[in-house]
Amino acid sequence: MGMHIGDKQFDKRRDEGLHDGFMRQAVRSAQTRLQTNRSKAADALGDWESWRELGEEIRTHTLENIDYYLEQLSDEVAKRGGHVFFAQTKEEANEYIQNIAKEKEAKYIAKSKSMVTEEIGLNDALEQIGCDVVETDLGEYILQIDDHDPPSHIVAPALHKNKAQIRDVFKEKLGYKHTEKPEELTLFAREKLREKFLQADIGITGCNFAVAESGSFALVTNEGNARMVTTLPKTQVTVMGMERIVPTWEDLDIMVSLLTRASVGQKLTSYVTGLTGPKLEGEADGPEEFHLVIVDNGRSDILGTEFQSILHCIRCAACINVCPVYRHIGGHAYGSIYPGPVGAVLTPLLGGYDDYEELPFASSLCGACTEVCPVKIPLHEHLISHRRHIIEDDKRGTFSENLMMKGFGTLAKSSGKFNTATKFASTGAKPFVKDGMIEKGPGPLKDWTVNRDMMPPQKQRFRDWYRKREGEK
Amino acid sequence: MKVSLFVTCLGDLFFVNASKATVELLEHLGCEVEFPKAQTCCGQPTFNSGYHEQTREVAKHMIETFDHAEYVVSPSGSCAYMFHAYEDLFAEDDVWREKARKLKEKTYELTQFIVEVLQLTDVGATFEGTATYHSSCHMTRLLGVKEAPFTLLNNVQGLNMIDLPNRSDCCGFGGTFAVKMSSISGEMVEEKAEHIESTEAQYLIGADGGCLLNIGGRLHHNGSEVKVLHIAEVLNNREVNK
Repeated sequence: MGMHIGDKQFDKRRDEGLHDGFMRQAVRSAQTRLQTNRSKAADALGDWESWRELGEEIRTHTLENIDYYLEQLSDEVAKRGGHVFFAQTKEEANEYIQNIAKEKEAKYIAKSKSMVTEEIGLNDALEQIGCDVVETDLGEYILQIDDHDPPSHIVAPALHKNKAQIRDVFKEKLGYKHTEKPEELTLFAREKLREKFLQADIGITGCNFAVAESGSFALVTNEGNARMVTTLPKTQVTVMGMERIVPTWEDLDIMVSLLTRASVGQKLTSYVTGLTGPKLEGEADGPEEFHLVIVDNGRSDILGTEFQSILHCIRCAACINVCPVYRHIGGHAYGSIYPGPVGAVLTPLLGGYDDYEELPFASSLCGACTEVCPVKIPLHEHLISHRRHIIEDDKRGTFSENLMMKGFGTLAKSSGKFNTATKFASTGAKPFVKDGMIEKGPGPLKDWTVNRDMMPPQKQRFRDWYRKREGEK
Repeated sequence: MKVSLFVTCLGDLFFVNASKATVELLEHLGCEVEFPKAQTCCGQPTFNSGYHEQTREVAKHMIETFDHAEYVVSPSGSCAYMFHAYEDLFAEDDVWREKARKLKEKTYELTQFIVEVLQLTDVGATFEGTATYHSSCHMTRLLGVKEAPFTLLNNVQGLNMIDLPNRSDCCGFGGTFAVKMSSISGEMVEEKAEHIESTEAQYLIGADGGCLLNIGGRLHHNGSEVKVLHIAEVLNNREVNK
């Protein structure tokens, strides 16, 4: 599958989202819940702004010295008997992991939740060589058995489905016979998944943060499945985006505090797991063999550009949870496994404007995303930068838009022309006004009046009133 | 105190009563108000659409127009913020960046100016009725003016303010977004209209022409009885309204 989801154009995807009442209801209630919880958890920490600044500082420092920390990380992993592989492309990453599977003659693979493995399309690559791959995160599991329905949210991948829909998926695909109660659904999935854990030859995880100073990595979860993935199978592969790194355990402490609060409004998730290398002699748990795959896949091209701070993202989804556009169109409309504001910034950088030029425009620039980001990424400013690149560097503006914008520029930089043009605005609008409002507008106004009426320009402009008043004084 | 009014293009053309009220209110509060006639638009339509070359020209025109001003006051949080954002347009031009910085330092949104500069919390207004207030995005999140409108509205005699659910949610205006992504914008403004109706207020008050154009248009489209007012109209009212 990879980062791109679906084969439809943006307009079609957007309209499908807008017409999906079930999805919109599910998203709306999830957003409300997550926003309230986030806000409470952030307030409870005290001086949230200082915490955000600290988070921003750590991420900025790390990315500015990414070469150093990546080297330190891989040295430390190797020192403790782990294997490290730098993959420039998704193909390289997949091939490396395929080779491990072949070498181990692996049949069953258990995965815990990971966005970067979605991004590189790892499941497909492993299935191609005959492996049976199972997603063990409950949300991902639901999507996998529902004929690989793509994720619509980076933390809660099945956010677009409600309880009844999940019951139906279980019923249809797995012969589930109980109700839509979350407890019953979860118990059923748990029993199914337990078998898979015991069978698995290889466990694959993502990585919330790698800790450079000790070559460790941390997983932040609520279900505990990641612990099963990292303790039962003999071989473990951890895949991380190259930016998912913190220098020290002290930094990790701060980043995890920000992540769990911003993401799900918890002080801490049920499980925060720190793992270092393979099982050593005398240790009871852990894999016999450990591989860390560090994925670039376009990230280093972002380093050193005005978009560098998007690599600060810790995938908490707080921006997605407050985004009003996401609320109405849902995650699939973005056509990428990275939806919402972070997706609208990141996806075009990783996937190019040819496929994603609409995304930066699918925002009212309300700035709610920037306001909640726990590491202070100026998301809405990045969207404006994308727009500038699309229009000025890539020259992708339509003929009529270019004409209109350039015309506007000409008017607005000249007081004389502006004055003349606005003087006739009221007269020009007159034929379309009925009972004081325009209900069906001409030209570009047509799109406006589909959804709302338009107040017409006033006959006496403010400047006319002011001039008259001045004259009377 | 000398104030140069930046009325905004929407204030000049559409919200003329609000603009008049802004002048009268500032005068009532003891300011000497002048209107630099060369002013046009802040340039957000081109800026937010990615046409920054054009925006720079507009910005230069506005910087020059307000060069002489002691204070620039605007009845729009979003347009006042655009003046604050000019600096970034001139990242590679020291001379204009410095001029932009000076403009930023003296530019205020109306309620921000009254509370922060004039140091007033009560403008002596009277307004009978129940109202709710929409917090506009750029004014609260980017310009950072959150409390000033409430401080002033809470001291208006006779006015009963009701909390708007999700008051900081975007109304879906977003300038060209409302046209370019009309269907998404339409859903956003409908949600806003529903929240407004749920308060059963008689008036919806706002401090940004763009949002009011959008919300007012949707309310009218829905046949709503809620009246839309700019905050200047409320704060400038000193007689019993009908």
